[in-house]
Amino acid sequence: MPGTQFGIFSVGDIAPDPATGRAPTEHERLTRMVETAVRAEEAGLDVFATGEHHNPPFVPSSPTTLLGFVAARTHRIVLSTSTTLITTNDPVKIAEDYAMLQHLAEGRVDLMMGRGNTGPVYPWFGKDIRDGIPLAVENYALLRRLWREDVVDWEGRFRTPLQGFTSTPRPLDGVPPFVWHGAIRSPEIAEQAAYYGDGFFANNIFWPVDHTRRLIDLYRARFEHHGHGPAAHAIVGLGGQVYMRRNSQDAKREFEPYFRRSPIYGGGPSLAETMRTTPLSVGSPQEVLDRTMRFHEDFGDYQRQLFNVDGMGLPPEAVLDQIDFLGEEVVPVLRKEFESRRAPGVPDAPVHPAVRP
Amino acid sequence: MRLAVVTAGLRRPSSTRLLADRLTEATVAALGTATVEVIEVRDHAHDLVNHMVSGYPSDTLAPAIDAVAGAAGLIAVTPTVSASYSALFKAFFDVLEQDALRGTPVLAAATGGTARHSLVLDHAVRPLFAYLHAEVVPTTVFASPEDWGGAVAPSRLADRVTRAAEELATRMTRRGDPPPRDPYAPVPFDTLLPGA
Repeated sequence: MPGTQFGIFSVGDIAPDPATGRAPTEHERLTRMVETAVRAEEAGLDVFATGEHHNPPFVPSSPTTLLGFVAARTHRIVLSTSTTLITTNDPVKIAEDYAMLQHLAEGRVDLMMGRGNTGPVYPWFGKDIRDGIPLAVENYALLRRLWREDVVDWEGRFRTPLQGFTSTPRPLDGVPPFVWHGAIRSPEIAEQAAYYGDGFFANNIFWPVDHTRRLIDLYRARFEHHGHGPAAHAIVGLGGQVYMRRNSQDAKREFEPYFRRSPIYGGGPSLAETMRTTPLSVGSPQEVLDRTMRFHEDFGDYQRQLFNVDGMGLPPEAVLDQIDFLGEEVVPVLRKEFESRRAPGVPDAPVHPAVRP
Repeated sequence: MRLAVVTAGLRRPSSTRLLADRLTEATVAALGTATVEVIEVRDHAHDLVNHMVSGYPSDTLAPAIDAVAGAAGLIAVTPTVSASYSALFKAFFDVLEQDALRGTPVLAAATGGTARHSLVLDHAVRPLFAYLHAEVVPTTVFASPEDWGGAVAPSRLADRVTRAAEELATRMTRRGDPPPRDPYAPVPFDTLLPGA
């Protein structure tokens, strides 16, 4: 198995293509998400992850349905989330859904916990956004027990108590899915990941590198503090966003209108400035390669690199081109370079025992 | 001791900066010595908007924010615009972290085109800093055009400047520089999940 997994993660947003003014239907967008996942496997990538959202313009409200469908159409790629809402979902349902998926996908499943940052989603699901961190902490503590103990008695602050509850199916071969904790800026989430010895995924996109480095350093130090091994052996994942064309100027020219219309980037610093200060990388495959190599310099050995390549109304054909560039030109070199730099003893990317060769 | 000065005048030179400078001078005199960091909000105008839409401060805005959060006291001076603080002045305080000014002594001051605006300090600026849990000193300083000239008014402005500066200096001395904040400090797990 790879030391570092490379893959793609999708938000699942629907946006009009600025070139045509036309937005895909929900059906088209979902179909295209499946297509990108299948293409990612064909291109030799290791991971496909989908977001979870409960409001327009986002389509993936039910990640395990989507991932279950993708599992049936793929054989090798690991299926994950970016992220699973640990705050507003019932942890009992997460335990059941992802154990189900794990069985059907023969173990090719892990998941990334996230809080979600859409205010109204909390009240829509009967929660309060001001409880975001306590919800993430308590719900996850319950989720872990549901996967590790056959019969659970439980009482907490946010959910009705459980007596004699058994979450079914039990995790595949008794090994729960590996869990990443996704964070943009919360030291509490770095602590949570470190406490359990779980993976820590720094969103990384939209924010400056120095910030991400300090957050990861905090997680690594606390991983060691909690006795899971040296800081350098902590399990780190990173996001990134790329857009490539053979010719660097073509990539920038094509991407610019999508960037300017983006609900995240639009109206803010220019594309050039954003590329200077954040990991957004728009250019030739070689430029993306060089930029990603700098992640390794900035953050040390790490186990998972996910790229965002779709969304913002980008045409599906262009998205597939990105996956092909990654698979053919960028990732093979990254694999080789990361491997040659990897310090002895650094753990490989975690996978379920069932998918090990 | 660290003194931060936020001044939101738009013209150069501006009467807002002029007032800020006089307040700074008087405060440093009352303190004896201080390290002064002056933030001209105009210099950060575009970065403030970018911070709001992108969620993170630019390389040049971040040190300005840190200077204010790390100061023993703050002098904040805004022009009066449409009967309130200027949007740019407010923008700077909008991007501060929650609690960045908690307990910070603040000398609030404003300039305006007419003395009829002088209550802007009490109906707009004080509530802002009250929300931020800062401690606004009793004397605020408003300067209208006649305060800068004429036979009687200027000495009255000077008196108010001195009084406000002394009030700020007293509170700064009592409080001292706040301990450095570290947004990346560990949060021990048992504080997140008691009994873990």
